[in-house]
Amino acid sequence: MKRQIALFLMLGLAAVPAFAKPKIFACEPEWGALVTELAGDKVDLSVGTNALQDVHQIEAKPSLIAKVRQADMIVCTGSELEVGWLPQLLKQSGNSRVSSGNGYFMASEQVPTLERPTALDRANGDIHPRGNPHVQLDPYRVLKIAKALEPRLATLDPANAATYQQRLNDFTTRWQAAIKRWEAKAAPLKGKKIVVHHISWVYLNTWLGLQQIGALEPKPGVPPTSGHLSSLIATTKSAGTYAIITAAYQDSKPANWLSERTGVPVVVLPYTVGGDAQSKDLFGLYDSTIDKLLGAAK
Amino acid sequence: MNPYCLSARAPVAARFRRTLLACAVVAVLSPTLAFAQDASKSEAAKVEALEARIKALEDSAAATQQALQEARAEIEELKTAQTASQQPEAAQPEAAVAQEEPAPPAEEPASGASNPNAFNPAMGVILNGMYAAHSLNPDNYVRAGFPLAGEAGPGPRGFSLGESEIALSSNVDDKFYAQATLSVGTEDGEDHVGLEEAYIDTTALPDGFSLRAGRFFSNIGYLNSHHAHTDSFSDRPLAYQAFLGNQYGDDGVQLRWVAPTDVYLEFGGEMFRGDRFPSGGAGHAGAGVKTLFAHVGGDVGVDNEWLAGVSTLRSQTDGGEDGFRGDETLYLADFTWKWAPGGNTKDGGVTFRSEYFWENRDGIYADPNDPALDQPWSGQRTGVYGEAVWRINRQWEAGYRYDRLWADDNGPYASAFDPFRHSLMLAWHNSEFSMVRLQFGRDRPNADDTDNVISLQYQAVFGAHGAHKF
Repeated sequence: MKRQIALFLMLGLAAVPAFAKPKIFACEPEWGALVTELAGDKVDLSVGTNALQDVHQIEAKPSLIAKVRQADMIVCTGSELEVGWLPQLLKQSGNSRVSSGNGYFMASEQVPTLERPTALDRANGDIHPRGNPHVQLDPYRVLKIAKALEPRLATLDPANAATYQQRLNDFTTRWQAAIKRWEAKAAPLKGKKIVVHHISWVYLNTWLGLQQIGALEPKPGVPPTSGHLSSLIATTKSAGTYAIITAAYQDSKPANWLSERTGVPVVVLPYTVGGDAQSKDLFGLYDSTIDKLLGAAK
Repeated sequence: MNPYCLSARAPVAARFRRTLLACAVVAVLSPTLAFAQDASKSEAAKVEALEARIKALEDSAAATQQALQEARAEIEELKTAQTASQQPEAAQPEAAVAQEEPAPPAEEPASGASNPNAFNPAMGVILNGMYAAHSLNPDNYVRAGFPLAGEAGPGPRGFSLGESEIALSSNVDDKFYAQATLSVGTEDGEDHVGLEEAYIDTTALPDGFSLRAGRFFSNIGYLNSHHAHTDSFSDRPLAYQAFLGNQYGDDGVQLRWVAPTDVYLEFGGEMFRGDRFPSGGAGHAGAGVKTLFAHVGGDVGVDNEWLAGVSTLRSQTDGGEDGFRGDETLYLADFTWKWAPGGNTKDGGVTFRSEYFWENRDGIYADPNDPALDQPWSGQRTGVYGEAVWRINRQWEAGYRYDRLWADDNGPYASAFDPFRHSLMLAWHNSEFSMVRLQFGRDRPNADDTDNVISLQYQAVFGAHGAHKF
């Protein structure tokens, strides 16, 4: 009898997620897209920002508090990228499910990061003590993050654990095949020199062998100044620069200014899912990024 | 018999390779050997033994090959993980500009288990300095209908350090968060360090509830819970000065609840000791002030965000700074609308904000100079401000604010004149951590006086990277 009750209770508990889908709040579109790959329609997903917003500088606005309040799990970049707003959202929403533990998932903290500063000094701009957090354009890291996220989804929603596992396997297969395709396609980009707007491309550069020779921001997070831009003209010209890279959310004026004076084309990359028409999901994001980079040669 | 196989006496690795080669040779030669008619039986046995040995060697070579292949695959996997985790030197030519130094995958900060500083609270310091030129001597400043209680008066002339503060915050454990803010102020040439806020918050209450206890700024209205350094102007609106002595903070408790709805909906209430203006004397056994507040907010499309609220503050005052004793209720309504292209408020856009105050008093006025002379004080006073701030780009913003107070025609401090003020400001942000602000104010505190104020202010925030409320 006791065992029957226990069994009944366990079944009852297991059945709870069946009534309401887990609610996931993703801070950035790339992690929203990853949740979709792994969970499909098994979860209710809301994404806090879009590709045309600077995620360093989002406000802890009421609509976001309301979303975090309802979430069972948050999936964000971490490494202090959202330090200006996420702590406030967590604090104000009063939702203890997502402030720590299984409901708190920081993508960049699942993988090794690059550009860990040896000296922390705000005179060097808006640097992140845990390293560069813009990990979404390294497909190997994305895969690692996916593998770390899947068990967390399964813990949150045990009833659909098998689905998450199966979707991860499926994603892994398709992603690995895509990596091969992208690497083959992007081979001509190896060694090409680029100037970037903000230092948000280090993972893409490292993966594809692009060489960053300069940044439009004099220091990370400090807007481009005319003095600094002028100082870039000579370097950009003499180095045989391939392209000037900016993200869809960034002001393209500084890049265009430098382009006009050096003849080096500007390439506006989507940077995240939704950054252009082609970047409807993670695969599209990479397809578009590589196509646009290759297109600079034409 | 094959000499190659037997003479293999080289170092292990080389020998292995040579043996493989020998085996191959033997494998090719063995049919030929079979034809050797002069081979004796013992030799045939030897050949057989050798063949067996070759077979064993071949097997072990195959196994090694397999292991090698597996190892290679593993290395490949590690390499892919690592190429990404290391800055290839090639990507850092001498010409590199503004690229951060390639840092080795440094030690985890958490590794310092023996480091007692690892649990230090986040510390932020806000420095604020100002130069202000007032056309009216602050000693002669009289606000019609509103006595100057709390920090309601105009700021000092000349150079001053305004609200410089040190804030410490940290999670206490898995269920509590704590924050303390020390403020430094100067009064009559003497420096005072005060405890502006010191409270704990719960972090683990279920269902959107949170509880706060200690000393803190009340959540009524919009600006009240915000620290002055987040304001868009260098001084608080007149209504805050007149009705709350600049900002209401006291010792007490707060309960908040956020509704699980798509529209932001927050309800809460507070109970305070009531020592500070507009209360005074900690009436009602040290729990003389009660507040209620509700806020609602959301988005309209991607470009617009809004927040609105209503609040009340009720106090049983015993010996208020303005001589009031009795019941007071203050009603506040606040409204904020932000428009920014793409929701990128830091890069441009307009913020409009307005708050309305309505105060009802029912009690007695005792002249602070001669308490024997008392008279009834019941009546209503109101105040409002509206401000618009235009974010020109990430570095510049400009704003205009209009303030107005309506004095009471009856009772103590009765006045037919209603004070008003215009303020204009221009601020330059070098980063989100530093700001310089120029402000012009034209203040009409009473029918006879005009205070023209020009102020130049700087603000620097250093230490922990704080997150701001909306």
